[in-house]
Amino acid sequence: MALRQLSDPLIDKNPVAVHILGICSALAVTTSMSTALTMSVALTVVVTLSAGIISAIRAHIPGQIRIIVQLTIIASLVIVADQLLQAFAWEMSQRLTVFVSLIATNCIVLGRTEAYAMHNPPVPSMIDAFGNGLGYSLVLMVVAAIRELLGAGTLFGAQVLIPQAEGGWFVPLRLMLLAPSAFIILGLMVWALHAARPRLAEAREFALRESEKEARP
Amino acid sequence: MIDLFQRAIFAENLALSFFLGMCTFLAVSRRVETAAGVGLSLIVVQGLSVPLNNLLYTWVLGPGALAWAGLAGVDLGFLRLITFIGIVAAMVQVLEMVLDRYAPKLYAAMGIYLPLLAINCAIIGGSLFMVERDYTFTQSVVYGLGTGIGWALAITAFAAIRERLRYADMPKGLEGLGAAFIVAGIMSMGFSAFVGVSL
Repeated sequence: MALRQLSDPLIDKNPVAVHILGICSALAVTTSMSTALTMSVALTVVVTLSAGIISAIRAHIPGQIRIIVQLTIIASLVIVADQLLQAFAWEMSQRLTVFVSLIATNCIVLGRTEAYAMHNPPVPSMIDAFGNGLGYSLVLMVVAAIRELLGAGTLFGAQVLIPQAEGGWFVPLRLMLLAPSAFIILGLMVWALHAARPRLAEAREFALRESEKEARP
Repeated sequence: MIDLFQRAIFAENLALSFFLGMCTFLAVSRRVETAAGVGLSLIVVQGLSVPLNNLLYTWVLGPGALAWAGLAGVDLGFLRLITFIGIVAAMVQVLEMVLDRYAPKLYAAMGIYLPLLAINCAIIGGSLFMVERDYTFTQSVVYGLGTGIGWALAITAFAAIRERLRYADMPKGLEGLGAAFIVAGIMSMGFSAFVGVSL
């Protein structure tokens, strides 16, 4: 049970690729693997802790103001994460700019607390949130690996493919480090996922009529 | 000023080059009318919230901002995220009530999207960028309006493309979301063509 809760959000219920939550940060921080990893860890910690805290006090939160209560708790945790990053990893926090703060408005966090933690005890909520954090991290790391490898020939800053300028054969694809490539890679990932798991594909809103065979003499 | 304005709309488009407000961007771009409604609401909210947050940051939250109250050494900068979220949420609520009372037609058109914008990352992100780049009050007005218009432009164009895409014969798995991402990627290339333009 607990294992399913952890493994489901990785692929079949992936928050980013299937539910399309938290795209903002998922795309913006994936130019290199180290920023993606930092962001993944920050989000996983925030979502797990906020699910735990909200689930622990869920019986005391009045229904009408639950969103603002949840947002306050999440935002406080995000501020702590942001301050910790600034204190111990200043350079990294400069590279992530505003995106750590934007974890607060990340739909994954509010989605998990609202949909799951408000109705379940702390431990399952935290496991569920942790699984979703891992699902988010998985997508981030894959996108970041592709972008960093093809854009600069490095992984985690270590040279893997030697660029032509230094005697190798590899020509860095600068486009991979720009915004458009992130959209396109994620689009291709969604395509691959839908092709592998056909039931995840959306139903057509307006189906095309089967084209009739042209009657030719 | 004009330069900042056009950069906020095109080269630094919040949706297409900073990926902000993506959830809304993908969720409500199935039809042009709804997309234009959200876009309009976002222009209003963004145009008001960035300058408002700028005032708040300059006079209350920033380092040394409380000098007028004799507390020059106090820096409440770490509270900015939670304050901005509160301000935006409260503003959306007030705006909703004002529109409902004085402009019922407009309220009917954009009322349902307003609450959605309360935790839109484009809005919070706009305010955070404003702080990070030390914009003055006038600059923040221009930046708020510019990013709002840029976002609205992007979502309306995106919705128009998606409407046409429905009739395209694509591989089954690519339909819908996959194609939407790829279209957004290509639009993003188009918008980034404006990088380096200065007026």
